Amino acid sequence: MSGHATEAPPVAAAAAGGLPRRLAGLAVLWLVLATAPLWMPLIGGYDALATRVLVLGLVAMSFNIVLGFTGQMSFGHAAYFGLGAYGAGLTLKFIAASTPLALLFGTLLGGVLGTLFGLLIVRRRGVYFAMVTIAFGQVCFYVAYKWNDLTGGYDGLRGFQRAPLHLGLATIDIAASSRVFYYFVLVIFALAVGAMALVLRSPFGRTLLAIRENERRARFLGIPVERHIWLAFSVSCFFAALAGSLYALLNNFADPLALHYTLSGEIVIMTVMGGMRAFWGPLLGAAVFVVLQDYVSSMTENWMSIIGIIFMLVVLFFPRGLLGFMQRRDAR
Amino acid sequence: MLQVIFFNVTNGLIIGAFYVLLALGLALILNLSNVINFAHGNFLALGGYFAFAITPVLGYWGALIVAPLLTAALGFVVERLLISRVYSRDPVYSLLLTFGLAFVIQDVCRYTWGPNGLPLGIPDALSQPLSPELFFITWYRIFMVAIVIVAVAGLFLFLRYSRVGVRIRAGTLDLDTVSVLGVNVRLLRTFNFSIGCLMAGLAGVLAAGQIGLNPNMGDDLLMPSFIAIIVGGVGSLTGTLFGGLLIGLAGAITTVFYPSASEAVIYIIMAVVLLLRPRGLMGEEGMLT
Amino acid sequence: MANKSILGIRRRTLLQAGATVGGLQLASPFILSARGETPVKIGMVDPLTGVLSALAASEVEGAKYAVADLNKKGGILGRQVELLVEDSANDVGTGVQKTRKLIDRDKVDVIFGDVNSGIAYAMSQVTSEKKVFHIVPGGHTDPITGTDCKWNVFRICNTTSMDAAAITKQLVQQFGKRWFFITPDYAYGHTLQDAFVKNLKAAGGEFEGDMLPINTSEFSATLIKAKAYKPNVLLNNMGGLAQVNCMKQFVQFGMNKDMALGGALFELEGVEALPAVAQSGWWCYEWWWNQDLPEVKAFVADFRKATGKTPTARHWFGVVAVHSVRLAAAKAKSLDGLKLAKALEDLELPPDVALQPGKIRYRAGDHQLMSNIFVGEVHPAVGNKDNIFTPKVVVPGEEAAGTVANTGCVMKYPA
Repeated sequence: MSGHATEAPPVAAAAAGGLPRRLAGLAVLWLVLATAPLWMPLIGGYDALATRVLVLGLVAMSFNIVLGFTGQMSFGHAAYFGLGAYGAGLTLKFIAASTPLALLFGTLLGGVLGTLFGLLIVRRRGVYFAMVTIAFGQVCFYVAYKWNDLTGGYDGLRGFQRAPLHLGLATIDIAASSRVFYYFVLVIFALAVGAMALVLRSPFGRTLLAIRENERRARFLGIPVERHIWLAFSVSCFFAALAGSLYALLNNFADPLALHYTLSGEIVIMTVMGGMRAFWGPLLGAAVFVVLQDYVSSMTENWMSIIGIIFMLVVLFFPRGLLGFMQRRDAR
Repeated sequence: MLQVIFFNVTNGLIIGAFYVLLALGLALILNLSNVINFAHGNFLALGGYFAFAITPVLGYWGALIVAPLLTAALGFVVERLLISRVYSRDPVYSLLLTFGLAFVIQDVCRYTWGPNGLPLGIPDALSQPLSPELFFITWYRIFMVAIVIVAVAGLFLFLRYSRVGVRIRAGTLDLDTVSVLGVNVRLLRTFNFSIGCLMAGLAGVLAAGQIGLNPNMGDDLLMPSFIAIIVGGVGSLTGTLFGGLLIGLAGAITTVFYPSASEAVIYIIMAVVLLLRPRGLMGEEGMLT
Repeated sequence: MANKSILGIRRRTLLQAGATVGGLQLASPFILSARGETPVKIGMVDPLTGVLSALAASEVEGAKYAVADLNKKGGILGRQVELLVEDSANDVGTGVQKTRKLIDRDKVDVIFGDVNSGIAYAMSQVTSEKKVFHIVPGGHTDPITGTDCKWNVFRICNTTSMDAAAITKQLVQQFGKRWFFITPDYAYGHTLQDAFVKNLKAAGGEFEGDMLPINTSEFSATLIKAKAYKPNVLLNNMGGLAQVNCMKQFVQFGMNKDMALGGALFELEGVEALPAVAQSGWWCYEWWWNQDLPEVKAFVADFRKATGKTPTARHWFGVVAVHSVRLAAAKAKSLDGLKLAKALEDLELPPDVALQPGKIRYRAGDHQLMSNIFVGEVHPAVGNKDNIFTPKVVVPGEEAAGTVANTGCVMKYPA
């Protein structure tokens, strides 16, 4: 990971653009997101697609806490995403028809299990970290796949529906309208990325960057490296599980493929495609990936080839991701 | 009951031998180049399909030799054109590159040979059981094990006694020093990758005779090979060898007592090994970080 | 959404962007530009990639054939028919997403799919919520027309219970009552085995069996157990490639000399993946091309001319799905989901669609097509390479299905 020592930390890089510019960028971003249901149909999209972008964007952004900001290569993040989905689904099905409760339990299930796994894998680095996270992800996949009575096994967990929100006086019907649900997800998304930004800007977040840039130096400085990596992994898993809970609400369904390493790989590619050194990179990557996959898979059965080739092209020619590429061109 | 267990132990070792073949190729590439080759299962499938395409021309025995070589040649090209470009970067890039490659190869297989399963004909003599008592061991299984033993022994001898093999082993321990000593590391890695693909291709031909061909055939075999490496200990090929045999055995024995857990048991073994002996059964301490 | 003028400008630029992307869409094979009248749109979601892709490919091919045929003969309600195919990639999330896309964006009138029952069920949640008429051509688990039945969902292929009931009698009579099951460990496998066990017990039989992971490719351990049990029949309930591998090993181990082999489904797509020696056993076919009926012969000849293939049961499912929409629309004189559903209830398929003897109809109580089940023996190809099955008995669907009350379906229409 020594090759990255020369790169500026992302926060500093963003600051280099100047505060007004950053604020303008943020304003455009939120405007685009807030008006998505209006313009999505014009480019052949639909509400559920926009919601999917947000959900996968959120999981990619949470994953990036580990990859982009701590420099560790997890390849099993789908597991915590999928656990979140099952947690939310099981809550709605067996405990109570309450959407907030589903989100809470889903987030807890994925987050807590991720935290426990983190203890086992935190001492590994590089490809070995990746391998062990893949393998643990597959353990979750198998449990969901096998435990027919609880999870519905291969067929997935069915028979639950997101419930309308009761807010004292008003009831918001996120169940019937996919548009209202989009805005509900957008609000949760905004809260989550706000919290994420706070974590990353805190002294804790800066320490993670120090570990990423030079682990040995960080160790010499007396930073408890393992504990920080573990905490970063844990935080990341909680956010990933939140995204997973939203995914279950979006589909009214949870199935084992949401835990599979294929999805983990897709999360990584979204992050790298968008730019893992930029806070918003993974969201851009998720948007491109989700929309592209949606188009291409309608056009040809051979979408896997096209997507695979895009993966490879991104890796070979856009190692800094789309956002990194754009920022670089801006800087010239 | 004892007899059933004995049968399954034998059988588990046979399956394990197969995992070993795939896992060793994967481990070779991992150890020297620090690349997790996600497309390894797809190279396996390609090996099988190549054999399918060649059999009408060269017969089974010709295909058994030529198909793995073709796979190795393809691996050589892939490494040169794609993978070698990202060695200097974070391992995430090589992982993603092979992940994308896996998509493409799977799709090309489906497009070329169709989504339906295809049988790979094996010589009639091999599809008979050994004897009425040992009905569950066909000559083909014996043949598979023999080929695996030859291939694995060949690989170990090669690594031990040939000049290139010694360099690969040295590179696994300390690539920078090997490079300073004037070895062409670039070529060494390409060659090493292609040996890995050779083993995958061979595994593919053997698997095709046993379970038939389909575009996804490598997917289910990739994960057990992964686990074999982790359980055996990353960095140790001997560990990978034992890891493969162990999980093959574990799967077969579990089938006797609790069949629906026969797939899950390998993950349980991995978790236990990681808890009790984090570096794997035979892993080097230095490989941890 | 605050400033109207800003939004106006944004919208115009986006409209241009939309036009470019729209142009891109026109290049795709599935979308026709609408001139004059709008076509009737049918959205089909099937796992074109993944382990079920061979079956899905056949269903889609059948539906495409029927649509092309129909468009030559005047379409549906005098309008041309357009088939929009989407890949579910054998993933529930993707399948649901594509269903929403077809309904919300493409405004399809009807939905078909999926081969995977789990996805079919998840899709039916969406279609019933959106009140879109939905046909499941080939997802077999019982609940779709049983405990989970919905007013807008109709199924063409049989339920697993129907197949099990149809063949049990034959196997018991011919071979005996001591059975060994090899069953995939998920909902489909469990319901299938339960159905067999129910029928077997009714006949006074006994059994043992193993539940195996769905993608098992190595069966020796279980086959060793099976041989020790000395059954009359080995029931191979695995699906797809797992089933094929199980049969191959069964034959390699020489066990075909000791016991009979059978099961519910062993489709033509799978049989051809086997070496000739392993093409054997007693199975159900949900439709069979080699029947001595003039309309079947005509259909097979025309299908071969159009596609170069012999139609399989999966092709037939696709064909029936398209014609069911035509028949229901003609009767209802509408494409409204509710009216289509009402029209298709108890509708009897004409002989050139049913393509088999007897009266074939969608039962009103559970929306299940009551088609015949062809029970017979699979063998190496005789003459034609697709002639690998000889039906011995034709079991009427209603006899195999039992009563509606037994299925657990309570049909509830929206108010």
